[in-house]
Amino acid sequence: MARVRMYSRFLRLWHWLQALLVIMLLLTGFEVHGSYRLFGFEHAVDYHRLAAWSLLGLWALAWFWHLTTGEWKQYIPSPIDRVIAMLRYYGVGIFRGEPHPFHKDRWHRHNPLQRMAYLSLHVLIGPAIWISGLAYISYPYWAQLGLGGLSLAPVALVHTAAAFLMLTFLVAHLYLALTTSEAPFAYLKGMISGYEEISDESR
Amino acid sequence: MISKLLNTNTLIRSTISNRSLFRAKSVRQSFPGFDGQLVSSWPGTLFSLSLYLVASIAAFFSLSGVAGAVQQTSTADHSKFEQLRGPFENGPAVTKACLGCHTEAAKQLHKTTHWTWAFDNALTGEKLGKKNVVNNFCVATATNWPRCTSCHIGYGWKDDKFDLTSEVNVDCLVCHDTTGTYKKFPTDAGHPNYEPKMWPPKSGKVRQPPDLVKVAQGVGKPGRSNCGACHFYGGGGDGVKHGHLDSSMHNPKHATDVHMDVDGLNFTCQTCHTTGGHQISGSRYAPTATDEKGIDIPGRTDDSRASCESCHGNTPHGAQANAKLNQHTDKIACVTCHVPEFARGGRKTKMWWDWSTAGRKDQHGKPLVIKDADGYDTYDFKKGDFRWESNVVPEYRWFNGEVRHATMGKKIDDSAVVPINVTSGSYDDPKSRIWPFKVMRGRQPYDSENKVLAVPHLFGKDGDAYWKSFDWGRAIKAGFDATGQPFSGKFGFVETEYAWPVTHMVAPKEQALSCDACHSRDGRLAKLGGFYMPGRDRLQWLDWLGWLAVFGTLGGVSLHGLLRLLTAGKRRSS
Repeated sequence: MARVRMYSRFLRLWHWLQALLVIMLLLTGFEVHGSYRLFGFEHAVDYHRLAAWSLLGLWALAWFWHLTTGEWKQYIPSPIDRVIAMLRYYGVGIFRGEPHPFHKDRWHRHNPLQRMAYLSLHVLIGPAIWISGLAYISYPYWAQLGLGGLSLAPVALVHTAAAFLMLTFLVAHLYLALTTSEAPFAYLKGMISGYEEISDESR
Repeated sequence: MISKLLNTNTLIRSTISNRSLFRAKSVRQSFPGFDGQLVSSWPGTLFSLSLYLVASIAAFFSLSGVAGAVQQTSTADHSKFEQLRGPFENGPAVTKACLGCHTEAAKQLHKTTHWTWAFDNALTGEKLGKKNVVNNFCVATATNWPRCTSCHIGYGWKDDKFDLTSEVNVDCLVCHDTTGTYKKFPTDAGHPNYEPKMWPPKSGKVRQPPDLVKVAQGVGKPGRSNCGACHFYGGGGDGVKHGHLDSSMHNPKHATDVHMDVDGLNFTCQTCHTTGGHQISGSRYAPTATDEKGIDIPGRTDDSRASCESCHGNTPHGAQANAKLNQHTDKIACVTCHVPEFARGGRKTKMWWDWSTAGRKDQHGKPLVIKDADGYDTYDFKKGDFRWESNVVPEYRWFNGEVRHATMGKKIDDSAVVPINVTSGSYDDPKSRIWPFKVMRGRQPYDSENKVLAVPHLFGKDGDAYWKSFDWGRAIKAGFDATGQPFSGKFGFVETEYAWPVTHMVAPKEQALSCDACHSRDGRLAKLGGFYMPGRDRLQWLDWLGWLAVFGTLGGVSLHGLLRLLTAGKRRSS
């Protein structure tokens, strides 16, 4: 076993700020959607707006970081057999105590399923949210922006659908990140300290 | 004693008009017969001293700018006019004296809806006005003239032969009396009573005739109570018709109306309903649903302040307010948020009037009247069943200012509730905004074969009048006959509704509606269709699908975790 610096300072900052903002946005967003009452509609909208602009800024930095550091390559999908191996592991192997089929290192952080999930998050769910969100937030100016023909319902539909996907992602992510490490909460500790213990064979 | 009291009134008013405490004495001397009348005995002296005190206080308030409504800036003191010395035989005699100087006044009034009771709606082409419309209160003016025209600004409109060109029959006093003593008698076609007379009939309560000389000498600009004498009592009683205009508006509290607040801004009606040549701005028949002109300034004005925007503009909320509020003014009328409820002054307004149950007697064979705990009649044998409400939440509609009415003789569809007026507007119409309405509902008589709302003959001394014979058949026939309409002989009662835009009783800003009032599943706009509103609307299937994904995943991972826990022992043993 060796202690490897797996997560850079920016990555951790990005991850945790994003986590905070996404949770805030989900909490306020579903209130604006009418699912429950928590802050009151006016405050919910204000917080949602603030968190949304913050997340947009953070995402812009994150995209820049991914593209300039080559980190984006960590999201390239794996060959299908490796994906199947992962699925088999979660479906069967994990119960039998079989070893994890994937061995991570600094430049291969994500298992094949993570690659797929995170890639969808970054290029599908994320853009769906911010594009529909920007349209939503600029509603009072649609006429001036030449978007007079747009109607709010489809914009809200896309935004809500993406929010449901984000919440679903969050549920699965929390389960896998918090419970599937070999030592208890090892992934969580790693994302805080930046260091992770990895087996020697994968180095 | 009464004449002394009247003198008090005059003195206070004159003092105020002179705006000086120290000149009150000289004003007193200018009243012929004033001193001798009062300072003739000790009680008289005391009385005049107390008068002086009252006058001083009034003058003080006028100097500190609090008195507002009573403050006069006129250059004429009508009590000094020889023409107004009287005596006056009746109302028209006073008008004749007024017209001696105000030569054009009657001609101006002849052009107003207040006089003609007729209104040509340029937008819809409809002929409206009290002469032509039907409502679901006392239904129609025709054949009931002397009762209805107690709120006409004229004298003698007792039947449909009234001469609308008569100048002396214009009633100047009902609007310009400042003594508060001039009242039209409820059944005398616009005249006050000239002899002591009982009202209500046989009640034992006697109404004294007004002192026309004092009233004529005390004319001035109308105050809230001049307009209120009719407009607060529309529909036959206090607060009956509008709900946002009732007797609480004579001297309203801040919480009832921030503009008319007697201890605050103390607006009169014409502060907003600006006038020119006796034409008063603002119309319920042709309302301005969206005032795009905003703040009115010379050269850029519609010569009316009868919209909120006339003073407040289209972006009235300050920099510290949520920016969304100013963005909302394109789609939401000011009053929608700022008049959260109507009938807020401690009076109730009538919300339901069922004529079909009228005419009942109690077990002793006496005409039945039932009152609720607050003294409001919930049943009156003359009129049927009522429902009264206070602090009423309005109903909301998209409204662009276009209203069409079921005027006299128009065909109705009796298979559903009959709308007496139909308001236009929709989300897609840029001239429309969301407006609050009082929707008056009830049941009223109609010709069930010709499908026309009846114009029942209610009031009168003849046997056809419903309030004499309590025979609907005769009353309805008389009404149709008098208005030249055919009557099939068959009648019934049909449910109707009548929407009245709510515009008065603007509440303190702390009481304005919060976002949640509408942006929630079952909020105030729950029934308003045609657009997507956050917090209210959703696509049901998307919500089902979304929550299925979320809770499906949660269930899936929980099951997965549970299985891992269950198999953990096995793993360890192997």
